[in-house]
Amino acid sequence: MIAVVDYCKGNLRSVQRGLIDAGADAVITDDPAVIAEAEAVVLPGVGAFADAAASMEESGQMAAVRQAIIEGKPFLGICLGEHLLYEGGEEGAPDADHPIDGIGAVPGVARKLPATDGEGNLYKIPHVGWNSIEFEPGCPLLDGIEPGEYFYFTHSYVGADSPYTVATTTHSITFPCVVAPSDRVFGVQFHPEKSSDAGAKLLRNFLAIVEQVRNEDDTDDEEDIAALLGADEE
Amino acid sequence: MLTKRVIPCMDVKDGRVVKGVNFVNLRDAGDPIELAQKYDAQKADEVVFLDITATHEGRATTVAMASRASEELHLPYCVGGGFRSVADIRTMIAAGADKVSINSAAVANPAIITEAAAAFGTQAILCAIDAKQVPGNPNKWEVYVAGGRKNTGLDAVEWAAEAARRGAGEILLTSMDRDGSCDGFDLALTRAVSRAVNIPVIASGGVGTLEHFAEGIIEGEADAVLAASVFHFGTYTVREVKEYLRSQGIPVRL
Repeated sequence: MIAVVDYCKGNLRSVQRGLIDAGADAVITDDPAVIAEAEAVVLPGVGAFADAAASMEESGQMAAVRQAIIEGKPFLGICLGEHLLYEGGEEGAPDADHPIDGIGAVPGVARKLPATDGEGNLYKIPHVGWNSIEFEPGCPLLDGIEPGEYFYFTHSYVGADSPYTVATTTHSITFPCVVAPSDRVFGVQFHPEKSSDAGAKLLRNFLAIVEQVRNEDDTDDEEDIAALLGADEE
Repeated sequence: MLTKRVIPCMDVKDGRVVKGVNFVNLRDAGDPIELAQKYDAQKADEVVFLDITATHEGRATTVAMASRASEELHLPYCVGGGFRSVADIRTMIAAGADKVSINSAAVANPAIITEAAAAFGTQAILCAIDAKQVPGNPNKWEVYVAGGRKNTGLDAVEWAAEAARRGAGEILLTSMDRDGSCDGFDLALTRAVSRAVNIPVIASGGVGTLEHFAEGIIEGEADAVLAASVFHFGTYTVREVKEYLRSQGIPVRL
């Protein structure tokens, strides 16, 4: 069972339906105990970073999601769910120098997308619509998807570049649109559940990863991720 | 590169798509979700459902439609029309709409934009503006509400800027002069609004030819183009429009 984490009482049926169409048993839940039981976790993107982080901390969902990641469960964060994978986010923070804490699996902070590029050209923010993604093939989440494929974006904040950036998109700046701090933990800036056939393909790929993990006995990766999150807490 | 969007708009009454010219001779044009899926297959970038139902019962039907859409559509969709309060917006977002467009209610109480953007995120709140050129003044447009029947006296460009300041994530701009005319977008209006705000502008009203779509983007500087009748009456498919846009050097998803 895949837990779709409902941290904001939002409508997550399109995410759930996308996973079900991909072949998953997906359950929308706000219960940390259900997250703990799930074999994989999907963190959708609704609302603002500060509100989401606060609500997740208070409900115990943040601890449950961190634990799931440490245990090596497949994880997919979507849009704000991708930002939450980072160490922090400035959306809703008192000031940009004091970001709100996130899950901490990816180093860096999710910050506001600038309205101008390096040459002073103006860009509309929020970044809304279909944009292409660029990557070097190899990430299993993007199997069968060609570089240059379009996905649907709607956001004003972006995660920082890090060694875990798998794919990028360019608006005013080039920013990570797929991050993978391990071979089973992913964040995507776009909305696969709203990205027509390409999005459905990505969700099927995630399901394939869930299935593969289910069939694997050893979880070598567990220690790496635990170290990553542990390092963040020091 | 961010592509320009092509957005079919459907008028929905009592849970069914209706089509007619200028709200006259409305006839049933099918199930909104099925039609949206057809447009998805043609590479529509999103769809807008404009609720033209007046009755309370009809609203409940529209909420039920939005709820079905959240399960059956795999592209973003916006529901517009009839929102009176943040509570109405909440109901529609909770039903699954990715975005709502607010028009008269925002003019009556601009704080509704601020409140709704804070509650549901800027990206979920479109401010719909119905604008009409002031006679004798080609570079001035006023905002109309109540389905275009009532002049508010507000300057359309200034109102767009205020809506953006208050947290609207996009402007859905309709030229009342051009709507239903097939004469093309009001390009001066579209350009004036697009330059006045730093949020995406969706141009609407007046498309009749493929060239009109391209003009809206190139000369009107719109981020997206919306049309209804040319799609519903089968004049063009969304794919044909996008292929034409691409031939004109406009980035589109195909």
